[in-house]
Amino acid sequence: MRLTVSADAVRLTIPALALTLLLAAVFWLQPRAMSYIGLNLLFNLAVPIALATIAQMLIMAVNDLDLSMGSFVSFVACVAATFLRDAPLVGTLILAGVVIVYSVLGIVIHLRNLPSIVVSLGMSFVWAGLAVLLLPAPGGQAPDWVRALMTMKPPIAPMAIVASIAIAILAHLIVMRSSLGVVIRGVGGNERSVERAGWSVLATRAGAYGLAGIFAVLAGIALVGLTTSADANIALRYTLLSIAGVILGGGEFIGGRVSPVGAVIGALTLTLAGSFLSFLRISPDWQIGAQGAILIVVLALRLLLNRIESGETGR
Amino acid sequence: MKTLERLSRRPWIWSWVAVFLVWFATIIVTGGASTLGLTQAALTFAAFSIIVGIGQMFVITLGPGNVDLSVPSTMTLAGTVSLKLMDVDNGMILPGLVVAVLIGVAVGLLNYGLIKALRIPPIIATLSMSFIVQSAAIWTNRGLRIKPPGFLAEFTTSGTLGVPNVAIIALLISLGAWFLLERTIYGRWISAIGQSMPAARMAGIPVDGTRFVTYVFCAVLAALAGYLLACFSGGAALNMGSEYLLMSIAVVVLGGTAVAGGDSNVPGIWGASLFMYLVVSMLNTYGLGAGIRLIMTGLIIISVIMLAGGRQPGAR
Repeated sequence: MRLTVSADAVRLTIPALALTLLLAAVFWLQPRAMSYIGLNLLFNLAVPIALATIAQMLIMAVNDLDLSMGSFVSFVACVAATFLRDAPLVGTLILAGVVIVYSVLGIVIHLRNLPSIVVSLGMSFVWAGLAVLLLPAPGGQAPDWVRALMTMKPPIAPMAIVASIAIAILAHLIVMRSSLGVVIRGVGGNERSVERAGWSVLATRAGAYGLAGIFAVLAGIALVGLTTSADANIALRYTLLSIAGVILGGGEFIGGRVSPVGAVIGALTLTLAGSFLSFLRISPDWQIGAQGAILIVVLALRLLLNRIESGETGR
Repeated sequence: MKTLERLSRRPWIWSWVAVFLVWFATIIVTGGASTLGLTQAALTFAAFSIIVGIGQMFVITLGPGNVDLSVPSTMTLAGTVSLKLMDVDNGMILPGLVVAVLIGVAVGLLNYGLIKALRIPPIIATLSMSFIVQSAAIWTNRGLRIKPPGFLAEFTTSGTLGVPNVAIIALLISLGAWFLLERTIYGRWISAIGQSMPAARMAGIPVDGTRFVTYVFCAVLAALAGYLLACFSGGAALNMGSEYLLMSIAVVVLGGTAVAGGDSNVPGIWGASLFMYLVVSMLNTYGLGAGIRLIMTGLIIISVIMLAGGRQPGAR
C-alpha cells in the first residue's frame, strides 16, 4: 500500500463504509430524514445500544463473553425507573454495588478459571430475577434529569449523534490511550506475557469487568431516559445486539483486538438497519432479518478487505 | 468402594446427584402426594431441552467458540411451518415431519456455509442466521395459531406405560447420540477436533466435513424439538424457542461437557435437563415468586460451575 495507514484505521474502514452507505441509502429513500429531527429519530435508540456494545467490547477484550448483558441492562433500567427517581441515594448505591459485583465476577472467573459464558449465563438469570422483583409489571418512571439529558437539543447536531461521538471518544481514550486499556487488550492478546511483564492479570480483569459494568449501567439509564418507563424484559435483545455490534465494528472474539470507535459505529449500523428496511417499505416482519443480513454483508466485505490487504503485503 | 470412586469421577454424576436432591426436597414438602405427577412432568418438559441440548452438545464439543445460537429460531420456524403444512390433518403428519427436518438441514447448511465461506466465528454466523430465520418465522406465522393434528397432539401429551411419549423419543435420540459419540469414528473425530483443530487436521481427519455434519445435526435436532414442542403446546408461538437458547447451553455445561470442547457426555444432558425443570418446580412448590425463582436458578448454575469448574485451563 502506498498510503501509510495504521492497522487500526484499516480495521475501521469497513464499518465506517457500511454505516455511510446505509445512511446514504436512507437519505436517498427518504430525503426528509436528512434533518435535525430526522437524524435524531433515526439514531435515538442507538445511544443505549452503543453503551452496551462498549461494555461487551471491554469483556471481549479480555477474551471473555458476557451473555448477561441484556438482562443486566434491563435490571439497571428497572432500578433507574424506580429507586433512582424516588430515592436517588439508594439508587446510586445500588448501581455502584452492581458495578462492584461485575468486578467481583471478573475476579472469580479469573481465580477459579471459570468459563465466562457459563458464569454470565447464570448471572443473566439473577439479573432477570432481580428485575422482576423490582418491576413485576411494566412501569416506573425515568428520573427527570435523565429524561432531560436524553431529550436535550444541542445546537448543530442532534443529541443522539453528539452522545454517540462522546461515547466513542471516551471509550477510545480509555481503551486505546490509558494504561489500563492497553493492559486489558494485552491480557486478551497474551495473558502470560502481561503477567511476566509484572502486571496483575487479576486486577486487569477486575478493571475490565468493572468498566464494563459502568458502561452497562449507563446504557440502562440512557434507555430509561428514552423510553420514560421500564420493564424487566426491556433490553433482552441487547445481549446479542452488543456482541453483533462489537464484531460489526471490527472487533474479534480473541486476541484483545477491539475497536471502541468501531463498536459505536457497529451499534449505529445495527440501529439504522431497521429504519432502512421500513423506508424500503419492506414488511416489518423482516426487520430482524435485515440486521442479520447486514451483519453477514459487512463480514463478507471485511473478508474481502483482509484478502486484499494480505495480498498487498505479500507482494 | 472402587465403583463409587470411579462413579464420582464421571463428569455427569453431579447433575444426577443434584436431580435426586431436588426431587426429594420437593417430594418431602408435598408429602409424596404428587410423586408420580412430578416425575412425569419433569420427564416431559426435560425431553425438549434434552433433544435441543444434545445437538448443542455436539456443536460445543467442536471446541471454543462453537455455539449454535440459531437454535431457538430454528425451533420456531420448524414448528410454525410444519403446523401450517399439516393444517390439523392427521394424514399430513409425515410430510410435516419431513418438512421440519428439511428446515433443520437448510439452517444447518446455511450456518456452516457462513462459517466456512466468510470465515466468521460460529457465534456470529449462527447469530446472523438466527435473525434471518426468526424473521422468516414471523413472516410465515402472522400471529396465527394453527392447532396440531389430533393424533400428534394426543401422542405428544400422553404416555406409554406411564412414561411420557416425548421422553421416549428423547431417550431414543439420546441412545443414538451416545452411539454416535462413543462408538463411531465420527464421535472420535468431533472430540479430536474439539481438543485441537490443527492436530486433528494433521491427523488427516476431515475437519470441514465433520464440522459441517455437526452443525446440520444440531439444527435438525432443534427443528425436531420445535416440531414436537409445537404439537405438545397446541400450536406454534413466535416466542416458543426463546427460553431454549440459554437452556440448551446451560444443560450442556451443567451436564459436565467441557465448554472448551473435546469432551462430552450424554447422560449429563439428562441429569441437567431434569435438574433445570425440577429446580423450578421445587421453588414453585415452596411458593416462591418468579423473581426469586430466576435468582435461585442463576445462583445454582453459578455454584454448580464453581464446584465442577476450574478443571479446564484455557476455557473461556
